[in-house]
Amino acid sequence: MSTSQLFEYTPGTVDRDDPLHGELMELNMGPQHPATHGVLRIKVVLDGETMREVEPVVGYLHRGKEKTCESLGWRKFFPHTDRLDYVQPLLNNCAYAMALEKLAGLEVPERGQQIRVLLMEMSRIMAHLIYLGTTSIDLGAITMFFFTFKERERAYSLLDAYTGHRMNNTYVRIGGVYADVEDNVAAGIKEWVNAFPKAIDEFETMLTGNRIWFDRNRNIGILTKEQCKAWSLTGPNLRGSGEAYDLRKAMPYSGYEQYDFEIPVGTVGDCYDRYLVRIEEMRQSVRIIQQALAKLEKTKGGEFLADDRRYVLPPKETVHQSMEELIHQFKIVTDMALPKGHVYHAVESSKGELGFFVASDGTSHPVRCHIRAPGLMNVQAIPVLMKDRLFSDTVSIIGSLDFVMGEVDR
Amino acid sequence: MAHTAERIASALEGLAHELSTGKDGMCSVRVAASDVHECVLRLRDRAQFETNTFVTAIDHFPKEPRFEGLWQFMSVAHADRVRVSALLPGTEPKVASIVDLYPGAAYAERESFDMFGIVYVGHADLKRLLMPENYDHFPLRKDFPHHGIEPDRLYREWDRRRRERAAVSDHSEIADQ
Repeated sequence: MSTSQLFEYTPGTVDRDDPLHGELMELNMGPQHPATHGVLRIKVVLDGETMREVEPVVGYLHRGKEKTCESLGWRKFFPHTDRLDYVQPLLNNCAYAMALEKLAGLEVPERGQQIRVLLMEMSRIMAHLIYLGTTSIDLGAITMFFFTFKERERAYSLLDAYTGHRMNNTYVRIGGVYADVEDNVAAGIKEWVNAFPKAIDEFETMLTGNRIWFDRNRNIGILTKEQCKAWSLTGPNLRGSGEAYDLRKAMPYSGYEQYDFEIPVGTVGDCYDRYLVRIEEMRQSVRIIQQALAKLEKTKGGEFLADDRRYVLPPKETVHQSMEELIHQFKIVTDMALPKGHVYHAVESSKGELGFFVASDGTSHPVRCHIRAPGLMNVQAIPVLMKDRLFSDTVSIIGSLDFVMGEVDR
Repeated sequence: MAHTAERIASALEGLAHELSTGKDGMCSVRVAASDVHECVLRLRDRAQFETNTFVTAIDHFPKEPRFEGLWQFMSVAHADRVRVSALLPGTEPKVASIVDLYPGAAYAERESFDMFGIVYVGHADLKRLLMPENYDHFPLRKDFPHHGIEPDRLYREWDRRRRERAAVSDHSEIADQ
């Protein structure tokens, strides 16, 4: 397929004087619209019910995160990563921490990695639940929203028990995680995760064979493999089109190569396939969490934070007793320098490839921290999928591409 | 990684470039700003880098050449990555757009233009992505202060226009809107 065929959409291509179409109407969908999942605005030019021109307008939630990182420094940016894709804060934390560890050449202890895998997979399930809940409420299945949020609430309670926060946890540190997973938390996660496949079955009973759900998603918003690659789409959107590409398998991090899981792929590449892929990903995440819990059982009592005093805070007990340790803590918090160099690290987030590109000049503040947001690429694909389709398809397509504006606008 | 480096080297044969390995083990290609398009074309067609990951830049102010343009690509078939960089001058930074090769780079180039003021020649719709359209500055440049420049200017302009309209109209502001 040549690039010109892939480039189906060029802005402003509708011929306004063409007598073959009726009176054109310009419509703004958003920025405050429940179906745009945040502050996304979509400018559409309608010919009857058919969309002739579609242009997403982003930036309403732009908070200058990359500039903030340059002025705050390496460490203090951690809480800001939570607020990127705010439905999966711990996964963002992990991605940023891994980029910094790559730069520092720091090894995370085995138990730290296992805890991270556990947290990342829980985040993935929670993000997919948001996708499922919001997409189905947009398509009229209101009950689904409560079903998914009930499950999400359980995961929230577990994270609350572990981190002390429901949202915006900031629990990952350079070199590992802030605290160990205690037995009661592990038991709680185990109980939840063992019961969760039943909840997925429930979701599937509601949706997979549902005539309305099927009709509104099947053959809507079809993307081919080649289109996905050309439009920089990754994650479930790429896999929905049949390309079995997952960063957890292709470029493993945090010891993902030791876990046994499958990569679900779609066949048609439409909204329905992307839905099926996400449902199956939740099941696979459950498998990974069960394996991670089994591994945590074996490494009980092990180190979960690297023992490297250049980047890791000294233990609180010693800080409160020793002057030197207090000074050390102060030094790390205020100006922890990282070695010179350019580093990119990407993880498989629930939306696709979430990457942090950091450039360091050897000081405590980055020269540049670029966040490669998968959501922005998903938004970019909206016109490709929506042009010359019916207006009612917008909600299916927006929902199935799955993005969170906090990450798109940064 | 050796395999990746060989693939890239053979794809770029005959084109002046400097191949190195970054701190993250990624192959990094430095080319002249005028060769970026050719280099990217060869990487796509001869080395199977099918996906553009990001397009961005680094501001090395006050050094000259000031900007370091960055392009990163990923190969789904080979599961590896490559980074291309080129130095751009501080005054009127300009480089060829790669949107004709990778349609997915369109937003990334718009963002880089928005944040650094780098013009991607050949981009059909190069306008601001995240900042408002009538914004005058490039926020990620190093000489842009973190607290912003006239952060409420756009609001004040909007407010002034609204008052002017209200003064002309017989009705209240609400009816005017």
